[in-house]
Amino acid sequence: MIEWVNAIVQGILLGGLYALFAAGLSLIFGVMRLVNIAHGDLIILAAYLGLSTTTILGIHPFVALLIVMPAMAGIGYILQRGLLNHTLGGDILPPLLVTFGLSVIVQNALLEGYTADPQKLNAGAVETASIAVGELSLGVLPLLTFGMAVAVIAGLQWIFYSTALGRGFRAVSNNQDIAQLMGLNKAHVFGLAMALALAVTAIAGILLGVRTSFDPAIGGGRLIFGFEAVIIGGLGNSWGTLAGGVILGVAQTIGAKIDPGWQVLAGHIAFLVVLAVRPNGLFPRVEH
Amino acid sequence: MSEPLLKLSGLDAHYGDFQALFGVDMEVAKGEVIAIIGANGAGKTTLMRSISGLLPNRSDQVTFKDQPIGSLRADQVAYAGIALVPEGRQLFKSLSVEENLKLGGTVARDGPWSLEAVYDLFPILRERRNQPSTSLSGGQQQMVAIGRALMSNPELILFDEISLGLAPVIIKSIYQALPNIISGGMTAVIVEQDITKALAVSSRVYCLQEGRVSLTGRVEDITRDQITAAYFGLAA
Repeated sequence: MIEWVNAIVQGILLGGLYALFAAGLSLIFGVMRLVNIAHGDLIILAAYLGLSTTTILGIHPFVALLIVMPAMAGIGYILQRGLLNHTLGGDILPPLLVTFGLSVIVQNALLEGYTADPQKLNAGAVETASIAVGELSLGVLPLLTFGMAVAVIAGLQWIFYSTALGRGFRAVSNNQDIAQLMGLNKAHVFGLAMALALAVTAIAGILLGVRTSFDPAIGGGRLIFGFEAVIIGGLGNSWGTLAGGVILGVAQTIGAKIDPGWQVLAGHIAFLVVLAVRPNGLFPRVEH
Repeated sequence: MSEPLLKLSGLDAHYGDFQALFGVDMEVAKGEVIAIIGANGAGKTTLMRSISGLLPNRSDQVTFKDQPIGSLRADQVAYAGIALVPEGRQLFKSLSVEENLKLGGTVARDGPWSLEAVYDLFPILRERRNQPSTSLSGGQQQMVAIGRALMSNPELILFDEISLGLAPVIIKSIYQALPNIISGGMTAVIVEQDITKALAVSSRVYCLQEGRVSLTGRVEDITRDQITAAYFGLAA
């Protein structure tokens, strides 16, 4: 019995990581209706930037966030203004194709720069530390990851609903022309949204790199997990995205408990069941 | 006449292959209130979109305070001092009443208009400040749309069909508020299908017909028959 409880608790904590994969994806879709196929590869890019920063400067991966987050935010802004803004318009296909191409380019650039060898970020004692809660043993790193996911989503909610920047995001999302009339340059607002999304990606990438080994090819899988978390939770609902990540995580750990080979499959099945029963996700945003 | 605040010179506008405006010339002096009238499809809204930068023009086709602004983006035009109250109100539906107004204040030019001034003009909005903008009646939404445009403290404000779809009593109260808005030295261009309403508040009128100016002059110099002819394209 306790093993099952353990599987569920571990799944919930794993869900925090998936919510971090998903948060940036959801933000971008919400503000500019852009589905970023390269999102998973950008997470891996952030992990590699973390690797370079930690090896060159000899600092802890969590300290490296202070460098990787602004770096990813800068990459996001330039990417949006230099490339992705030109793909946005009436048609949904150009951004899909361009971000798919970007995904291939990022993967191959990473392969060229870092080889295909699996890498890992070394966070020291925190990786193996754990806290005993009753009969359960909770890893400090998964707890930290989950706490980070909650903090990131709360932070994004705060930005969206309590700051001028978030007001601009919502206005541009509602009506680009009228927002432009009010003095907001949508090209700049979109750039800021992508910068924010990739700053979150930096957190996701570093936590992923500390948790497991990574190589240039695993971005696609992270993209799928992120997508599934967003869709399960319901588009446009940040806390729903966290719930989606948790459901996905729990499905995976329970699947793995039944048979280790079923971990990923069980997550996909949970996703398909939600999609079949509630096509808009469990907590779709209510439009007023 | 001194150099006009806004000047259109041979303004053309296109939607793809369709040409909506043909060589429109227009001058608006500082402090004037101009009415633009015309039938559906005459090009009134297109004219508003062109002036406000939502439709691209050639740079010298629109001049504002002696500066060519025809090729500026809408946000740059807003910073230059032109605000538009768009047709159909077009509030941001996920923003509250107050957030809509604050967003209108993004440009934040110097001037008399602030949240408090807008609430004094339309007191009902103060009560509804935290409600979703879509929960308001049509007339109240129009007040938000007007307040949102005023928040940037524009020198020129464009009203596009502000009475469209509203009850007569609401239209009356909105038109009663107009003198308070314009008395601060603001220049206004009012696009309206309700000719009587438009002429009552303006000093000069332009009538558009199929994308061209078919009649222009001082309100007191123009007869009803001339307007009818210019409006429908009948021989005068």
